[in-house]
Amino acid sequence: MNYEAIVIGSSAGGLSALKSIIYNLPGNFSTPIIITQHVSSLSESYMAVFLNQLSQLVIKEADAGEKIKPGHVYIAPPNFHLLIEEDFTLNLTVDEKVNYSRPSIDILFETAALAFKRKLIGIILTGANNDGSNGIKQIKHFGGHTIAQLPASAEVPIMPQSAIDTGCVDKILSLEEITGYIISICH
Amino acid sequence: MHLPDQLNNIQNIELTHFFELIFNVYGYDFRNYNKAHVKRRILNRINNLGLKSISELQHKVLHEEGFFDLILRDLSINVTEMYREPGFYKSLRNEIIPILRTYPYIKVWHAGCATGEEVYSFAILLQEEGLYDRSQIYATDFNPIVLETAKKAIYPVSKIKEYTLNYQKSGGKNSFSDYYVARYESVIFNQSLKKNIVFAEHNLVTDGVFAEVNLIICRNVLIYFNKELQNKVTGLFTESLIKGGYLGLGSKENLMFTDVFDQYQVVDAKEKIYKKTIFSSK
Ligand SMILES: C[S@@+](CC[C@H](N)C(=O)[O-])C[C@H]1O[C@@H](n2cnc3c(N)ncnc32)[C@H](O)[C@@H]1O
Repeated sequence: MNYEAIVIGSSAGGLSALKSIIYNLPGNFSTPIIITQHVSSLSESYMAVFLNQLSQLVIKEADAGEKIKPGHVYIAPPNFHLLIEEDFTLNLTVDEKVNYSRPSIDILFETAALAFKRKLIGIILTGANNDGSNGIKQIKHFGGHTIAQLPASAEVPIMPQSAIDTGCVDKILSLEEITGYIISICH
Repeated sequence: MHLPDQLNNIQNIELTHFFELIFNVYGYDFRNYNKAHVKRRILNRINNLGLKSISELQHKVLHEEGFFDLILRDLSINVTEMYREPGFYKSLRNEIIPILRTYPYIKVWHAGCATGEEVYSFAILLQEEGLYDRSQIYATDFNPIVLETAKKAIYPVSKIKEYTLNYQKSGGKNSFSDYYVARYESVIFNQSLKKNIVFAEHNLVTDGVFAEVNLIICRNVLIYFNKELQNKVTGLFTESLIKGGYLGLGSKENLMFTDVFDQYQVVDAKEKIYKKTIFSSK
């Protein structure tokens, strides 16, 4: 299967989980990755800069209207929802919070599913709420591939467990396994 | 039952048709709003009402009196706050106010003002800088319902803590509580802030130049428009600004990718504040 994009949702404990995945991806990993990590609305946009220093991939905050490019990792800016258009561009909105969150993982995943359909991988990592569970259902519904972090290996197990409870998760893996697995199925 | 892909195609076709129809019947033009967002809003509405398709929704919009108001509410995102992104107001205060001060009379246009929080935020700033009495403020939105709220200047008391913090960060000079009185669950902003504000219905997509102004503040509206529509609306702004006038956008909106960019210079790249050059052709 030829995957065209990976979406990742993470919340409490997410920064170090993301760090571990991104750090271990090779410089020639070309499948674009789009990330929604819950952050406080007051936080500055430091995450992309921080992660970019660790990786050979280009890691940047998503800009409105930007085309998704291979070899790039995009991160939702604090206080904006990140959406994917069906023409594979990124967009941002300031709509109400969803699941008490802005950015919301459900919004990213649900719009990504419509854009990439079966060519999409969705991954839910550590977190203390159930944002992303509806998104996982939608990805599965459109034939995409779904992964949840093994709850026992997550800093906070609630979010991956909630995704698993939907019955729509294909693979449950530890953080270390996730990286190896996506490399193997994307290359 | 359709397969998910098929159903998605059908929905896209129905949606295009739905927006054509709304434009023809009600005059509101959503055809060039970013698709993923409006589609999500419409599909949510269908789910909430237990409808099966956009066509069913369309039938209601056409034949049920008052139903279109609900759709307008779904599609006009009225989320706003006072001093949203305080750095923007700080930059206005430090960079733009000293220039505005040199004009005998100042006209300001808040386009897409929603329930007015942004308008009162800037009105307070003008008062503190001693410019309010020679200012005329136009505040417009295409949604008449939010304008009614804006005119009242009454907001939930639960927000005041956050707004006070924002106000302080924005470089506010007084105590924020000087500007409102609290009543039960609400705060009411001072009458004196409203004196020079005119609230009016105006649609950025379908209406023309509103007035000739020194400063346009239009934040988090262009973000909902596709590139074509952004070009159209920033063209309208350029026509509405005097030479040397200023345009302030939302933090994720960028004039750089529009056709009018060469008629502006960047005043504050981070806060997205631009100055229309005196050489502008318009
Ligand atoms: C997200 S709010 C932004 C409010 C405020 N400017 C802020 O940044 O906090 C967007 C506003 O734009 C208005 N709007 C959307 N399309 C418009 C149009 N075509 N013409 C005028 N206003 C529009 C909506 O009704 C809504 O109140």
